[in-house]
Amino acid sequence: MTTLAEKPDMAFAPAAEPMPVPEHEHEARPRDILIIDYSGELEKTWATMILASTAGAMGAKTRVFVTFWGLQTFVKDERRITGQNWMQKMMSFMQRPGISHRKLSKMNFLGMGPWMMGKLAKQYNVASPKELLEAAQLMGVEFMPCQMTMDMYGLTRDDLVEGMGEPVGAATVIGLMQDGAAPLFI
Amino acid sequence: MSVLDIKEHVDARGLSCPLPIVRTAQAVKGLASGDLVEVLATDPGSLKDFAAWSKSTGNEIVEQGEDGGVYRFVLRRK
Repeated sequence: MTTLAEKPDMAFAPAAEPMPVPEHEHEARPRDILIIDYSGELEKTWATMILASTAGAMGAKTRVFVTFWGLQTFVKDERRITGQNWMQKMMSFMQRPGISHRKLSKMNFLGMGPWMMGKLAKQYNVASPKELLEAAQLMGVEFMPCQMTMDMYGLTRDDLVEGMGEPVGAATVIGLMQDGAAPLFI
Repeated sequence: MSVLDIKEHVDARGLSCPLPIVRTAQAVKGLASGDLVEVLATDPGSLKDFAAWSKSTGNEIVEQGEDGGVYRFVLRRK
Protein backbone atom coordinates (compact mmCIF):
# COMPACT_ATOMS: atom_id res chain seq x y z
CA MET A 1 0.00 0.00 0.00
CA THR A 2 1.28 3.46 -0.85
CA THR A 3 1.11 5.95 1.97
CA LEU A 4 0.60 9.64 1.51
CA ALA A 5 4.10 10.24 2.93
CA GLU A 6 5.63 8.35 -0.01
CA LYS A 7 3.62 10.34 -2.52
CA PRO A 8 3.53 13.84 -1.04
CA ASP A 9 2.05 15.36 -4.21
CA MET A 10 -1.05 13.18 -3.68
CA ALA A 11 -1.73 14.53 -0.22
CA PHE A 12 -3.95 17.31 -1.57
CA ALA A 13 -5.53 15.39 -4.42
CA PRO A 14 -9.31 15.81 -4.18
CA ALA A 15 -10.06 12.09 -4.39
CA ALA A 16 -7.97 11.33 -1.30
CA GLU A 17 -9.86 13.84 0.79
CA PRO A 18 -13.12 12.99 2.54
CA MET A 19 -16.14 14.58 0.87
CA PRO A 20 -16.11 18.15 2.20
CA VAL A 21 -19.37 19.17 3.86
CA PRO A 22 -20.39 22.64 2.68
CA GLU A 23 -20.63 25.20 5.47
CA HIS A 24 -24.33 25.87 4.88
CA GLU A 25 -25.22 22.21 5.41
CA HIS A 26 -23.97 22.45 8.97
CA GLU A 27 -26.32 25.39 9.49
CA ALA A 28 -29.16 23.55 7.77
CA ARG A 29 -29.23 20.90 10.46
CA PRO A 30 -29.96 22.63 13.77
CA ARG A 31 -30.06 20.54 16.93
CA ASP A 32 -33.17 18.39 17.46
CA ILE A 33 -35.62 19.61 20.08
CA LEU A 34 -37.48 17.27 22.42
CA ILE A 35 -40.26 18.66 24.59
CA ILE A 36 -41.85 16.55 27.30
CA ASP A 37 -45.36 17.92 27.78
CA TYR A 38 -46.25 16.65 31.23
CA SER A 39 -48.35 19.16 33.17
CA GLY A 40 -51.45 19.80 31.04
CA GLU A 41 -52.02 23.21 32.65
CA LEU A 42 -53.07 26.08 30.39
CA GLU A 43 -50.00 28.25 30.92
CA LYS A 44 -47.58 25.36 30.40
CA THR A 45 -49.52 24.02 27.42
CA TRP A 46 -49.19 27.49 25.90
CA ALA A 47 -45.43 27.47 26.49
CA THR A 48 -45.19 24.00 24.93
CA MET A 49 -47.08 25.09 21.81
CA ILE A 50 -45.14 28.35 21.38
CA LEU A 51 -41.79 26.58 21.66
CA ALA A 52 -42.82 23.59 19.55
CA SER A 53 -44.22 25.69 16.68
CA THR A 54 -41.18 28.00 16.76
CA ALA A 55 -38.70 25.11 16.81
CA GLY A 56 -40.54 23.61 13.85
CA ALA A 57 -40.48 26.97 12.05
CA MET A 58 -36.73 27.20 12.65
CA GLY A 59 -36.20 23.96 10.80
CA ALA A 60 -35.29 21.82 13.81
CA LYS A 61 -36.57 18.25 13.96
CA THR A 62 -39.00 18.75 16.84
CA ARG A 63 -40.78 16.11 18.86
CA VAL A 64 -43.20 16.50 21.74
CA PHE A 65 -43.72 13.55 24.06
CA VAL A 66 -47.13 13.93 25.68
CA THR A 67 -47.58 12.16 28.95
CA PHE A 68 -49.69 12.17 32.14
CA TRP A 69 -51.77 15.38 32.34
CA GLY A 70 -50.15 16.56 29.12
CA LEU A 71 -51.95 13.79 27.22
CA GLN A 72 -55.32 15.27 28.29
CA THR A 73 -54.48 18.25 26.07
CA PHE A 74 -54.46 15.99 23.01
CA VAL A 75 -57.88 14.42 23.54
CA LYS A 76 -60.34 15.77 20.95
CA ASP A 77 -62.04 18.92 22.29
CA GLU A 78 -65.53 17.50 21.80
CA ARG A 79 -64.89 14.33 23.84
CA ARG A 80 -66.51 14.89 27.21
CA ILE A 81 -66.17 11.54 29.00
CA THR A 82 -63.31 9.20 28.14
CA GLY A 83 -62.07 5.91 29.53
CA GLN A 84 -63.21 2.32 29.80
CA ASN A 85 -63.98 1.85 33.50
CA TRP A 86 -65.83 4.05 36.01
CA MET A 87 -62.69 5.48 37.59
CA GLN A 88 -61.25 6.56 34.22
CA LYS A 89 -64.61 8.06 33.28
CA MET A 90 -64.78 9.83 36.64
CA MET A 91 -61.31 11.30 36.05
CA SER A 92 -62.37 12.78 32.71
CA PHE A 93 -65.56 14.09 34.32
CA MET A 94 -63.58 15.85 37.06
CA GLN A 95 -61.11 17.41 34.62
CA ARG A 96 -62.43 17.98 31.14
CA PRO A 97 -59.92 16.86 28.48
CA GLY A 98 -59.08 18.82 25.31
CA ILE A 99 -56.78 21.67 24.36
CA SER A 100 -59.56 24.28 24.65
CA HIS A 101 -60.42 23.22 28.20
CA ARG A 102 -57.09 23.63 29.98
CA LYS A 103 -57.06 25.23 33.42
CA LEU A 104 -54.59 27.65 34.92
CA SER A 105 -52.54 26.30 37.82
CA LYS A 106 -52.97 29.66 39.56
CA MET A 107 -55.91 32.10 39.43
CA ASN A 108 -58.20 29.67 37.65
CA PHE A 109 -61.28 30.98 39.54
CA LEU A 110 -63.70 28.45 38.09
CA GLY A 111 -62.60 29.22 34.55
CA MET A 112 -62.63 33.01 34.81
CA GLY A 113 -58.79 33.13 34.63
CA PRO A 114 -58.58 31.12 31.38
CA TRP A 115 -61.50 33.12 29.93
CA MET A 116 -59.70 36.41 30.62
CA MET A 117 -56.44 34.99 29.25
CA GLY A 118 -58.29 34.04 26.07
CA LYS A 119 -59.83 37.53 25.78
CA LEU A 120 -56.46 39.24 26.29
CA ALA A 121 -54.76 36.89 23.84
CA LYS A 122 -57.32 37.77 21.15
CA GLN A 123 -56.97 41.47 21.88
CA TYR A 124 -53.19 41.33 21.51
CA ASN A 125 -53.15 38.89 18.56
CA VAL A 126 -51.55 36.10 20.55
CA ALA A 127 -52.27 32.73 18.98
CA SER A 128 -54.20 30.26 21.13
CA PRO A 129 -52.65 26.90 22.08
CA LYS A 130 -55.01 25.25 19.57
CA GLU A 131 -53.88 27.52 16.70
CA LEU A 132 -50.25 26.94 17.63
CA LEU A 133 -50.78 23.17 17.73
CA GLU A 134 -52.15 23.30 14.18
CA ALA A 135 -49.22 25.48 13.06
CA ALA A 136 -46.74 23.11 14.73
CA GLN A 137 -48.28 20.12 12.96
CA LEU A 138 -48.05 21.97 9.62
CA MET A 139 -44.36 22.63 10.37
CA GLY A 140 -43.81 18.90 10.81
CA VAL A 141 -43.59 18.80 14.61
CA GLU A 142 -44.19 15.24 15.78
CA PHE A 143 -46.44 14.66 18.79
CA MET A 144 -45.85 11.29 20.42
CA PRO A 145 -48.42 10.04 22.95
CA CYS A 146 -47.24 8.05 25.97
CA GLN A 147 -48.54 4.49 25.71
CA MET A 148 -48.57 3.99 29.49
CA THR A 149 -50.68 7.12 30.07
CA MET A 150 -53.10 6.05 27.32
CA ASP A 151 -53.55 2.72 29.09
CA MET A 152 -53.95 4.32 32.50
CA TYR A 153 -56.65 6.75 31.30
CA GLY A 154 -58.24 4.15 29.02
CA LEU A 155 -57.69 6.33 25.94
CA THR A 156 -57.72 5.00 22.39
CA ARG A 157 -56.00 6.60 19.42
CA ASP A 158 -59.45 7.61 18.20
CA ASP A 159 -59.85 9.76 21.36
CA LEU A 160 -56.76 11.76 20.38
CA VAL A 161 -56.57 14.65 17.90
CA GLU A 162 -55.69 13.98 14.26
CA GLY A 163 -52.07 13.74 13.23
CA MET A 164 -50.61 12.22 16.41
CA GLY A 165 -47.58 9.97 16.02
CA GLU A 166 -47.22 6.38 17.22
CA PRO A 167 -47.53 5.84 21.00
CA VAL A 168 -44.11 5.38 22.56
CA GLY A 169 -42.49 4.93 25.96
CA ALA A 170 -39.81 6.46 28.16
CA ALA A 171 -36.98 4.53 26.48
CA THR A 172 -37.71 6.28 23.17
CA VAL A 173 -37.53 9.63 24.93
CA ILE A 174 -34.25 8.86 26.69
CA GLY A 175 -32.85 7.48 23.43
CA LEU A 176 -33.62 10.77 21.65
CA MET A 177 -31.89 12.70 24.45
CA GLN A 178 -28.86 10.43 24.17
CA ASP A 179 -28.79 11.15 20.44
CA GLY A 180 -28.39 14.81 21.31
CA ALA A 181 -31.90 16.34 21.21
CA ALA A 182 -32.19 19.40 23.45
CA PRO A 183 -34.70 18.33 26.11
CA LEU A 184 -37.37 20.48 27.74
CA PHE A 185 -39.64 19.21 30.52
CA ILE A 186 -42.78 21.32 30.72
CA MET B 1 -39.43 51.47 -5.03
CA SER B 2 -37.84 48.09 -4.59
CA VAL B 3 -36.38 46.44 -7.64
CA LEU B 4 -36.35 43.05 -5.95
CA ASP B 5 -38.50 40.30 -7.42
CA ILE B 6 -40.56 39.37 -4.40
CA LYS B 7 -42.57 36.16 -4.73
CA GLU B 8 -44.49 36.20 -1.45
CA HIS B 9 -45.62 38.73 1.16
CA VAL B 10 -46.26 38.03 4.83
CA ASP B 11 -48.21 40.68 6.71
CA ALA B 12 -47.45 39.94 10.36
CA ARG B 13 -48.27 43.46 11.55
CA GLY B 14 -50.03 43.34 14.91
CA LEU B 15 -49.18 39.69 15.46
CA SER B 16 -47.37 38.62 18.63
CA CYS B 17 -44.58 36.12 19.10
CA PRO B 18 -44.23 33.48 17.71
CA LEU B 19 -46.65 34.15 14.84
CA PRO B 20 -44.40 36.37 12.66
CA ILE B 21 -41.81 33.57 12.54
CA VAL B 22 -44.36 30.77 12.21
CA ARG B 23 -46.26 32.50 9.39
CA THR B 24 -43.00 33.30 7.59
CA ALA B 25 -41.79 29.72 7.87
CA GLN B 26 -45.09 28.51 6.44
CA ALA B 27 -44.81 30.97 3.52
CA VAL B 28 -41.20 30.03 2.81
CA LYS B 29 -42.12 26.33 2.65
CA GLY B 30 -44.09 26.96 -0.54
CA LEU B 31 -41.25 28.79 -2.29
CA ALA B 32 -38.42 27.55 -4.47
CA SER B 33 -34.78 27.97 -3.54
CA GLY B 34 -33.63 31.55 -4.20
CA ASP B 35 -37.16 33.04 -4.05
CA LEU B 36 -37.66 36.21 -2.02
CA VAL B 37 -40.29 36.83 0.62
CA GLU B 38 -41.13 40.18 2.19
CA VAL B 39 -42.27 40.26 5.81
CA LEU B 40 -43.83 43.18 7.65
CA ALA B 41 -44.01 42.98 11.45
CA THR B 42 -44.61 45.28 14.38
CA ASP B 43 -43.27 42.98 17.10
CA PRO B 44 -40.01 44.65 18.27
CA GLY B 45 -38.71 41.16 19.14
CA SER B 46 -38.69 40.40 15.38
CA LEU B 47 -35.28 42.01 14.90
CA LYS B 48 -33.54 39.39 17.00
CA ASP B 49 -36.02 36.63 16.19
CA PHE B 50 -35.53 36.87 12.42
CA ALA B 51 -31.76 36.94 12.87
CA ALA B 52 -31.97 33.72 14.91
CA TRP B 53 -34.41 32.15 12.43
CA SER B 54 -32.14 33.03 9.51
CA LYS B 55 -29.11 31.54 11.24
CA SER B 56 -30.98 28.33 12.09
CA THR B 57 -32.69 27.76 8.75
CA GLY B 58 -30.02 29.20 6.43
CA ASN B 59 -32.59 31.48 4.76
CA GLU B 60 -30.77 34.74 4.17
CA ILE B 61 -31.88 38.22 5.28
CA VAL B 62 -31.39 40.28 2.12
CA GLU B 63 -32.79 43.54 3.46
CA GLN B 64 -34.12 44.77 6.75
CA GLY B 65 -35.34 48.10 7.97
CA GLU B 66 -37.77 49.91 10.24
CA ASP B 67 -40.20 52.65 9.41
CA GLY B 68 -42.58 54.10 11.99
CA GLY B 69 -42.62 50.99 14.15
CA VAL B 70 -43.02 48.60 11.21
CA TYR B 71 -40.13 46.23 10.61
CA ARG B 72 -39.56 45.03 7.08
CA PHE B 73 -37.50 42.00 6.15
CA VAL B 74 -36.70 40.61 2.74
CA LEU B 75 -35.63 37.00 3.01
CA ARG B 76 -34.21 34.63 0.44
CA ARG B 77 -35.12 30.98 0.61
CA LYS B 78 -32.07 28.75 0.83
